[in-house]
Amino acid sequence: MSEVAAVTFNLKQVRSKLAGRKRADRLYVLVGLSATVLGMITLGALIGSLVIDGSERFSYEFFTNFPSRFPARAGILSAWVGSLLILVVTALIGIPLGVASGIYLEEYAPKNIFTSIIEINVNNLAGVPSIVFGLLALGLFVYVFGLGKSILTGGLTLALLILPVIIVATREAVRAIPPSIREAAYAVGATKWQMIYDHVLPYASAGVLTGTIIGLGRALGETAPLITIGALTFIAYLPAAPLQLEWPFLNFEWLLAGFTVLPIQTYNWTSRPEPAFQANAAAAAFTLLMTTLTINLTAIIFRYRLRRRIKW
Amino acid sequence: MAAASAAKPPRRRVTHKLSERIIEWLLFLAAASSVAVTVGIVYVLVFESYVFFEYLWKEGRLTEFFTHTRWTPAFDDAEYGILPLLNGTILIAGIALLIAVPFGLTTAIYISEFAGPRAREVIKPIMEILSDVPTVVYGYFAFLFVTPLLKATLFPDISAFNALSAGLVMGIMIIPYVASVSEDAMRAVPMSLREGSFAMGATRLETAIRVVFPAAISGVLAAFILGISRAVGETMIVKIAAGSQPVMTLDPTESAATITAFIVAISHGDLPYGSLAYLSIYAAGLTLFVMTLSFNLIAFFIRKRYREIYE
Repeated sequence: MSEVAAVTFNLKQVRSKLAGRKRADRLYVLVGLSATVLGMITLGALIGSLVIDGSERFSYEFFTNFPSRFPARAGILSAWVGSLLILVVTALIGIPLGVASGIYLEEYAPKNIFTSIIEINVNNLAGVPSIVFGLLALGLFVYVFGLGKSILTGGLTLALLILPVIIVATREAVRAIPPSIREAAYAVGATKWQMIYDHVLPYASAGVLTGTIIGLGRALGETAPLITIGALTFIAYLPAAPLQLEWPFLNFEWLLAGFTVLPIQTYNWTSRPEPAFQANAAAAAFTLLMTTLTINLTAIIFRYRLRRRIKW
Repeated sequence: MAAASAAKPPRRRVTHKLSERIIEWLLFLAAASSVAVTVGIVYVLVFESYVFFEYLWKEGRLTEFFTHTRWTPAFDDAEYGILPLLNGTILIAGIALLIAVPFGLTTAIYISEFAGPRAREVIKPIMEILSDVPTVVYGYFAFLFVTPLLKATLFPDISAFNALSAGLVMGIMIIPYVASVSEDAMRAVPMSLREGSFAMGATRLETAIRVVFPAAISGVLAAFILGISRAVGETMIVKIAAGSQPVMTLDPTESAATITAFIVAISHGDLPYGSLAYLSIYAAGLTLFVMTLSFNLIAFFIRKRYREIYE
C-alpha cells in the first residue's frame, strides 16, 4: 500500500515539474518575440516622430527649393539631386568592379595564396567602419589624385564601400548555378567566357541585382564618409546637367562639381539649435527613410520571388 | 584554370584564346582592386599618422598620446591624449552591447529553435528593415526623441547631448546583426543533436540552452565581437546624440565623444591639408582601424578555431 502511495506522490511531483518546464517553454515564445516587438515599437516611434515633427514642412516646394537661411523656405533640391548623381557614379563604378571580382573568385580563381588573400581581404573590407573609407578618400582621392571634394570622389568612395556587398552577392548567385549548366555549355563548344557570358551571368543576374540594390540602398544612407571628404552642407546651385543639346550631348562637368546629399542635409538641420530647422530635418529624414525602405523592400520582394521561381 | 587547360580548343581559334586570356586578366585585376583598397587604406592611415607622431616625437610629447586625458587638436594650446576618445567609444559601445546582446541572442534562439517558417518570413524582413534605417535618421531619433523621453521620465538631469540615448539607439540598430550571425551559428548545429536531446525528454527551451547554444558558442561569441566592432565604428548616431566633447567620464547622462564623432566634428571646418589637426584625424582613424580590425580578426579566429566540427 505504502509503496503505491509513494509512487503516486512522485508522479504528481513529476507532473507538476513537467508542466512547469512546458510552461517555461511556451513562455519563451513571448520572450523571443520581445526583441522583434522592441524593434517594431522603435520603428513605429521613429516614423511617428518624423511624421509629427516634419508634417508642416511637406509640400511641393520642399523638394524644389534650395536650402535657405529661412527654415520655411528651405528645401532639399540640391540634396536629392546630389544623392542621385552620387548613386549613379557609385553604381557605374561599383557594379562592374564587384561583379567582375565575384566572377573571378568563383569561376577562375586557382586555389593559391593570392586567392586566399583576396578572399580574406574582401571579408575584412566589409568590417571596416565607413568613416575610414572617408579618410582614405580625403587623403588619396581629394589631395593626392586631385579629384577635389567632388561628386566623382563621393561616388568612388561609396563604390568602394559597397564593393564587398556586391562581390558577396555575385559569388552567392554564381555558386547557386549547378555545374551541369556549365558542362552543357562546354559540351556544345563554348569557350569559358562564352559559357560565363551566355549562361552564368544571365542566371546569376537576379541575385546580383538583389545584392546591388541592397548595396546602393546602403550607399544612399551613408553620411560619415562624405562629411569626411568635405562635402558642403550648404549648396544653392545644381551641377551642370549631364545632357546637353550640342555635340557631344554628354557633359561631364558635373562629375567635378561640389555636392551635398540627403543624409548630410538631414544631419545639418538636425544639429541646428532652432526648432524650425528641426522640422526640416524631420521632413528630410522622412524622405530619406522612405526612399531607403522602398529600395530595400524591392530587394526583399525580389529575393523572395526569386527563391520561389528558380528550381534547378 | 584546370578546366580551361583540360579542354583543348581547335587551332584556328587563336584569337579566341587570346581574348579569353585578356578577359581573365581583366577579371583578375578587378578582384585584385579590392586588395588595392585595403593597401590604400593602410597606406594613408599609417603615412599620415607617421607624420603626426613624428611631430609629437620631435617635441618630446609622444607619450602624451597614450597618457594624457585631454584631446584638443583644434585649440591653440592643443593636447593630444587619445584616452578621452577611447573612453567615450568604449562607454557608448558598452551601452549598445547591453541592449544588443540579450535581445539579439533571444531573437536568434527564437528564430532558430522555435519559429516556424511562416513566423521566420515575417520576423526576418522586420529585422532587416531595422538594420537598413540610415544612421543619420537613428541619430535624429536619439537626439530629438529618446533624449527628451529620458529627460521627461527617468533622468530629469540628463544633458542634451548624452551617451545613454546614443548607446540605446545604437544597441537597437545592432540587434539584427547580432541576431543573424548567432542564428547562422545555431542553425549550423546538426539536427541529430537536437533529436538526441528531444529523445531524452528535453523541451525546446532546454534543448536550445543546454545543447544548441553550447554547440554554437564559437559562432555566438563571434557575433558579439562583430557587434562590438560595429558599435565602435558607428559614427552619425554618436555625433548627433552624444556630441563631440571629449571628456573622461563614465556617467552615461553626460556628453561623450567617440573617435568617429571627433573625426566627423573636425572635418566640418575646412581642414588645411597637412596641418596638425588634419593629421590628428588620421592618428585617431588609425586607432579606430586597429581596434575594429583586431575585433574582426578575433571573431574570424574564434569561428575558425573553436568551431565544433560534426560528421
